[in-house]
Amino acid sequence: MSLWTALTESLRLLTSGDAEVLRIVLLSLAVSGAALVISSAFAIPFGLWLAFRRFWWKRTIMAFLYTGVGLPPVLVGLVVYLMLSRSGPLGWLGWLYTPEAMVLAQIVISFPIIASLTMAAVMSVDSSLRSQVLSLGASDVQAGLAVLKEAKVGVVIALVAGFGSVISEVGAVMMVGGNLKGSTQVLTTAIVQFTRMGQFEHALALGLVLLSITFMVALMWLTLQGRRLED
Amino acid sequence: MGQCYRLAGVTKSYKGRQVCDVPSLEIDEGSFLAIMGPNGAGKSTLLRMLALVEQPDTGKLSFQANTLLPGGKIPLELRRRVTMVFQRPVFTTGTVEDAVGYGLRLRGEKHVVARTQDMLEALGIAHLVRAKVSTLSAGEAQRAALARAMLVEPDVLLLDEPTTSLDPDNVVLVEHLLRGLHTDKGKTMVLVTQSESQAKRLATQAAFMLDGSLVESEPVFDESKEHKPR
Repeated sequence: MSLWTALTESLRLLTSGDAEVLRIVLLSLAVSGAALVISSAFAIPFGLWLAFRRFWWKRTIMAFLYTGVGLPPVLVGLVVYLMLSRSGPLGWLGWLYTPEAMVLAQIVISFPIIASLTMAAVMSVDSSLRSQVLSLGASDVQAGLAVLKEAKVGVVIALVAGFGSVISEVGAVMMVGGNLKGSTQVLTTAIVQFTRMGQFEHALALGLVLLSITFMVALMWLTLQGRRLED
Repeated sequence: MGQCYRLAGVTKSYKGRQVCDVPSLEIDEGSFLAIMGPNGAGKSTLLRMLALVEQPDTGKLSFQANTLLPGGKIPLELRRRVTMVFQRPVFTTGTVEDAVGYGLRLRGEKHVVARTQDMLEALGIAHLVRAKVSTLSAGEAQRAALARAMLVEPDVLLLDEPTTSLDPDNVVLVEHLLRGLHTDKGKTMVLVTQSESQAKRLATQAAFMLDGSLVESEPVFDESKEHKPR
């Protein structure tokens, strides 16, 4: 099958509303969306805290965080697999080969990315702003939100990068999810499988969806964060 | 007259270098203290500790009969009694109205827009109410920062060289407002200034800092009180 034929066939699959493709797309969005929400709920406050605090082992924490940014997803998959396997410490959850396991792996992957980029964004805001809003009577939370608001372009970039890293990774979800058709098959693992099976039109169709999702998410975040870029 | 601040053996260091050392300082309620000294003498650090946004490393700082020990949690209710105008004002993104009304909104107060407008008029910048803070000149930003601090009506107003970016007419205007806050409303004021003449015009008490240490504190400027313009 030529590239052109595969491309036209993939477009036909997408426009015809193929049930299999739709199911894979929805599961991918659900897993990565849940991972992003849970991860950012911890990573953004952590990045904020790290940016504000001065303590002697901060550099060590930052080194771990930056190491986490470059962490190979397969290694995350392996560790999460061992944790969730029957003899592992979290084996009692019975999550292995379920979407929950995939969410957990993606949380581990996206956390350091979101936290470190949030920290960098917050550190780029004028350090005097926090003192000034505190002196006006802001609580610690209100001061943190004021600084986050000023750093919102950087925080949006952190979220887009975090989502991009999890929606497009294959190693971890393949290991802990098992790529089970109908239950844990997501865009990336399905692309691998369809390619191995020689069904390039399906693989390409899913690849186009993956690309479109990443692009639309980036566009949506940039719209949501408002006029700041135009200022 | 009660005591507003009492500092004993207070020190502050950054990266191992001591930048502020106050062996003893007392500031009475309703007084107007001027802190003078060369650049890098530790005046702004002292002011930030008085604003309760930074804590001393050692020593004891009492504010309105509440003793605050290093590392201890400062109640928000206590912090809201003090406001500081910084030498280089920084605002949250938005209009002048957003920035100046920020303190009132934090407190969930009512009539923020009208009260903000009144304060901006008092400082002669009412025409800037819809302007973005990023477009303000240094002098306009300084007056907006003063408006922002005065609007929350704190018990104590701390001012870090608040007139450095202002032209002479606006220095007179701001000094008039500050004097009014002190004499008419009985606010406790602490002013960091390089100008001895400004200190004499406004303050009732003076402190001098040198190389990070408070070296001298005088109760009043006797001579200046006679010439203080009203």
